Amino acid sequence: MSVTAQNPAAAGAHAPSPVLPVEPEAGTRRLNTAKALQEAIGSQMEANPEVFVMGEDVGAYGGIFSSTTGLLDRFGPQRVIDTPISETAFIGLGIGAAVEGMRPIVELMFVDFFGVCMDQIYNHMAKIHYESGGNVRVPMVLMTATGGGYSDGAQHSQSLWGTFAHLPGMKVVVPSTPYDAKGLMTAAIQSDDPVVYMFHKGVMGLPWMAKNKRSIGAVPEQDYIVPIGKARVAREGTDVSIVTLSLSVHHSLDVAEKLEGEGISVEVLDLRSVVPLDREAIVATAAKTGRVIVVDEDYQSFGLSGEIAATLAENAASRGAAFSRVCVPDVPIPYARDLEYAVLPTPARIEAAVRAAVAG
Amino acid sequence: MTIQHAAAPTGLAAAERVELLRTMILIRAFEEAILRDYHADKKPAWDIGAGLIPGEMHLSAGQEPVAAGICAHLTANDAVTATHRPHHLAIAHGMDLNRLAAEIYGRETGLGRGRGGHMHLFDPDTHFSCSGIIAEGYPPALGQAFAFQRRGTDRVAVAVTGEGAANQGGFHESLNLAALWKLPVVFVVEDNDWGISVPRKASTSVASNADRAAGYGMPGVRVEGNDVEAIHAAAGEAVARARSGQGPTLLEVHTLRLWGHFEGDAQGYRPELAEVPEHDPIPAYIKALTDDGALDASAVDGYRAEAVQKVEDALAFAKSSPTPKPEEALRYVFVEGA
Ligand SMILES: Cc1ncc(C[n+]2csc(CCOP(=O)(O)OP(=O)(O)O)c2C)c(N)n1
Repeated sequence: MSVTAQNPAAAGAHAPSPVLPVEPEAGTRRLNTAKALQEAIGSQMEANPEVFVMGEDVGAYGGIFSSTTGLLDRFGPQRVIDTPISETAFIGLGIGAAVEGMRPIVELMFVDFFGVCMDQIYNHMAKIHYESGGNVRVPMVLMTATGGGYSDGAQHSQSLWGTFAHLPGMKVVVPSTPYDAKGLMTAAIQSDDPVVYMFHKGVMGLPWMAKNKRSIGAVPEQDYIVPIGKARVAREGTDVSIVTLSLSVHHSLDVAEKLEGEGISVEVLDLRSVVPLDREAIVATAAKTGRVIVVDEDYQSFGLSGEIAATLAENAASRGAAFSRVCVPDVPIPYARDLEYAVLPTPARIEAAVRAAVAG
Repeated sequence: MTIQHAAAPTGLAAAERVELLRTMILIRAFEEAILRDYHADKKPAWDIGAGLIPGEMHLSAGQEPVAAGICAHLTANDAVTATHRPHHLAIAHGMDLNRLAAEIYGRETGLGRGRGGHMHLFDPDTHFSCSGIIAEGYPPALGQAFAFQRRGTDRVAVAVTGEGAANQGGFHESLNLAALWKLPVVFVVEDNDWGISVPRKASTSVASNADRAAGYGMPGVRVEGNDVEAIHAAAGEAVARARSGQGPTLLEVHTLRLWGHFEGDAQGYRPELAEVPEHDPIPAYIKALTDDGALDASAVDGYRAEAVQKVEDALAFAKSSPTPKPEEALRYVFVEGA
């Protein structure tokens, strides 16, 4: 077993992380999100021999969504490990290795596949620290792709962060930009807690998908941390706040830019992390504008948007703020393009919500 | 139980052999047409979400012998559960080509009214279904077989998956339960050597999944050679066994994926790629049949033309069908009027 307060001999297994800068200036070097993510993993693997990557097609293929491109060449098959299609076994393996002080980054190719391996995730990865009374740590990153928008159908297009966030014991981070992708991955690898790292396929800047211009951005060359649990005001505004995450941040910024010309001032809050949730930032933006729209590519009911509504209602500073949401309306993600775009939180739906909010 | 090996090809009548070939030709014609339309409007900048057929596309070229050889023993009353790579099985099992094509094109006339897509085909007429989550088509096949058994029928369920999927938990749980309850199931593993980029040798602890059958108390059979008649023979025994109440069989076929895992897959991980087209099973079978005098080579063009015509008719039906109405996106989550 690994670190316990009574067992300093084992403590070396969790070597204290070098102190890294917190959110340095972005600089001018531009990367797409996938490259930023690969850079974080590569750099942490170099710094710490206990870090390794494991999953389906993470080796020669470089990750189906390019999360691990180039790493096999740099670190070899002992540390960049292709697995059988046995999610229960290899995610469980990651948990065991983490318990022994290693720092696995395990990829679940699409988050939609969590059903075949959820017991390892929510009953083991997420609960061991608690059940051990804090004596055992599981410093593991479970990285997975989310989101739709390219007709991949109901089993390959979900976001599901609300599902993971609902179950205690795992941190859940969801970057939207290359800068955050690197800083949050670095933070996740260095975290002594299990972190579910969810990247949307549509923010990765992949060459085979319609590209959002914001999927390429400035990324510092040095290592740094974006603290887990701290939201970012992606754009200042005064009339209405959009509280959102992931690809929807990009859509919201596009809408905000468009409406600026009409004199509508939109603030966009990028949550960056679902667990912990930066409730202070949510309350602050609501208090500032008095109108909140939650944009969430996850299912509407019983999820993040409801949690944000509860947060607003529970805090005096934001109570009474007008509230609406643009989410996936509790329907499996349809295949046909017109249907899929009818249920996704598209810029058009976001724009309509903003107009309704300022009109009302 | 010991591992058996496929019997030598049995004496199929010439007409049956030609029928197997024609099924394979029809499947290939269908997928070549899908391939053409899939790629047609995704260029110049490749965008997987663009075009007439958006999304991932997993084609089965090279694996036709598995579908033709097995489904020849089935009727539409028997169930088939397939994978993310389902077209060959759907066609060999007799699915309506129009409704299959329309689903792939995301049309209201498709099997799932455009809601499902190519990995999620559900056809009550042929008791066909599939799953994009690998190996997860195995457990439902147990239930279909259970229903057939309880009702005293001799119907069977055939569950198909890849050799990569045979390492997933659902595969192993299903084998055990089916053997325990002697369910009328035929478990099929299509071993095309690759689970996306991971070769079987790097994913599977035994050389043949047929060996695994012993661990669950059922016969295991591996067919080499991607030979439709050997598959037909082995499947015949397995289906007969299931129909007569003797329980499941695990049948692995060593087959071939001619094209990428999905369309757009450059297959940089696949060293023997150049040789792959040489092993196309369709020309090989045509040659075998003509060498044996079972087929007049001049008939092949006719079969092809006929298949192409059927396919083009189905595609025309699909393309001229309406796309689903966006305002109906929320229908079918629950049964209407219930
Ligand atoms: C549970 C699950 N894990 C991973 C995947 C992603 N995936 C889809 S197909 C595939 C490879 C399957 O290989 P195999 O079973 O051999 O079938 P083939 O594609 O070769 O026909 C993988 C890893 C999935 N769909 N479901």
